[in-house]
Amino acid sequence: MKLKGRSISPGRAGGEALVTREPISFYGGVDPKTGTIIDPRHELHGQSVGGKVLVFPHGRGSTVGAYVIYGLKRNGVAPAALVNEFCEPIVASGAILAEIPCVDQIPIDNIRTGDLLLVDGGKGIVEIKARRKI
Amino acid sequence: MELDREQERILAGERGPVLERMLRLLVRLGEIYGADRFVPIASAQVSGVSYKSIGDPGLELLEDLAAQGARVRVPTTLNPAGIDLEAWRELGIPEEFARKQMRIIEAFKQMGVQPTATCVPYLVGHRPGFGEHLAWAESSAVVFANSVLGARTNRESGLSALAAAVCGVTPDYGYHREENRKATVVVRVEAPLRDAADFGALGYYVGQRCPNGVPYFEGLGGASEDQLKALGAGMAASGAVALFHAERVTPESGKQETAGLERIEFGAGELKKIREELTSDCEPDLAVIGCPHASLAEIEEIARRLEGKRLRKPLWVCTARAIKREAERRGLVQAIERAGGRVIADTCAVVAPLEALGFGCTAVNSAKAARYLPGLCKQRVVYMRTEEIIDLLTGV
Repeated sequence: MKLKGRSISPGRAGGEALVTREPISFYGGVDPKTGTIIDPRHELHGQSVGGKVLVFPHGRGSTVGAYVIYGLKRNGVAPAALVNEFCEPIVASGAILAEIPCVDQIPIDNIRTGDLLLVDGGKGIVEIKARRKI
Repeated sequence: MELDREQERILAGERGPVLERMLRLLVRLGEIYGADRFVPIASAQVSGVSYKSIGDPGLELLEDLAAQGARVRVPTTLNPAGIDLEAWRELGIPEEFARKQMRIIEAFKQMGVQPTATCVPYLVGHRPGFGEHLAWAESSAVVFANSVLGARTNRESGLSALAAAVCGVTPDYGYHREENRKATVVVRVEAPLRDAADFGALGYYVGQRCPNGVPYFEGLGGASEDQLKALGAGMAASGAVALFHAERVTPESGKQETAGLERIEFGAGELKKIREELTSDCEPDLAVIGCPHASLAEIEEIARRLEGKRLRKPLWVCTARAIKREAERRGLVQAIERAGGRVIADTCAVVAPLEALGFGCTAVNSAKAARYLPGLCKQRVVYMRTEEIIDLLTGV
């Protein structure tokens, strides 16, 4: 299944989906050194975003979040791609500067954690290559 | 977004990867916010300077951008840093913090940014003209530039302001456009406002009531620039206000249509309520004046009030390096120091590591500082007028 959204940051990448309905604040929410979600109130607390296609409705919190996304990339623990319902400027800035493919205007309820996704950031397409085996 | 040929070449990567990424960022922001073109900017003000705010990820990004050849195309100034760049040792700032702060400043300098390290660029020779487009971060400077000077800027983030500085343009949306600069709510001011702290309280109240509005104030005739600076900073801290008009005071007030707009009142009761809301029950062990950075007139007032007195608790007066130099030339810094106070440049209470210096309860005359110190510096806050702060600290 192909989902068509809007291009935020170009590039093609694939990986396993990590999906949350809760917004993410990268600043204070994700450790830029390890890629682990450290916000104790977040439902993904303790999980690693490294190499995953991170699917979340939108970012929140401090603009420093953009720097954290860049730090994740520099430390080799960044998500392979980002998929949002609405990509606000903090996540957009971080994704573009870190050169992480990013697409928004995607109905994320169609995607489940563990699905295998292919993201084309330039065309704004998210393809579900395989569903998680239940 | 409509692009010119040079911008198309940049996006095709013909001018190198840094410029491409910076312009791509601006194009995306423009698309998100519905801009259909770019406007050239006269200047940029970049935030996200303190090591306390941006940490190692920010330091590394800025050093990478500088090393990859990012250079600003328009006059670009810098927000306050986390330390007084000359006197940080005397303030007890940890060595490691200072070293990383210096690397951040160096990276900005390499990109051609002027290390002004102040939130009041308009008081140190970077005063925008009426109608000029800008890309300014620093919420209090944004509201001052839009409202008091009639320039045009959105509330930029540190990164979008830097990208605009490197590209020399910003997407044309929001406060760049005439139709978004109209008053949306009338504020009738009945309370007598004596001091910047009272104007800050008014701002705090209005920012809470209409966080995304464009307020039109009635009853502020004769307000000084310093008072308007405090008013705007308060609104931008409790809300996201970027522009206000004040009847017969600000340059775009004359063309506002206020008939039929929602009206709110600010009387003595509201002033008292906000002062109480911003005040905790604690005994200050520090007082900070200068958020936004103190003007020369404000430093003069403090020096005058301290004449012949002795401070029993530390007083920090935060300002821009250039203003401190002028205050030194006039003997004002020396007067404040004789009373036991300090005039600190390049930094402020909000972005300095206050919590690491052993303070727990701070007296302030700024609604912005009162809003941010509890969260960012783990301080309890007492909200007072300048005069009350000096009286408290000198034991009158």
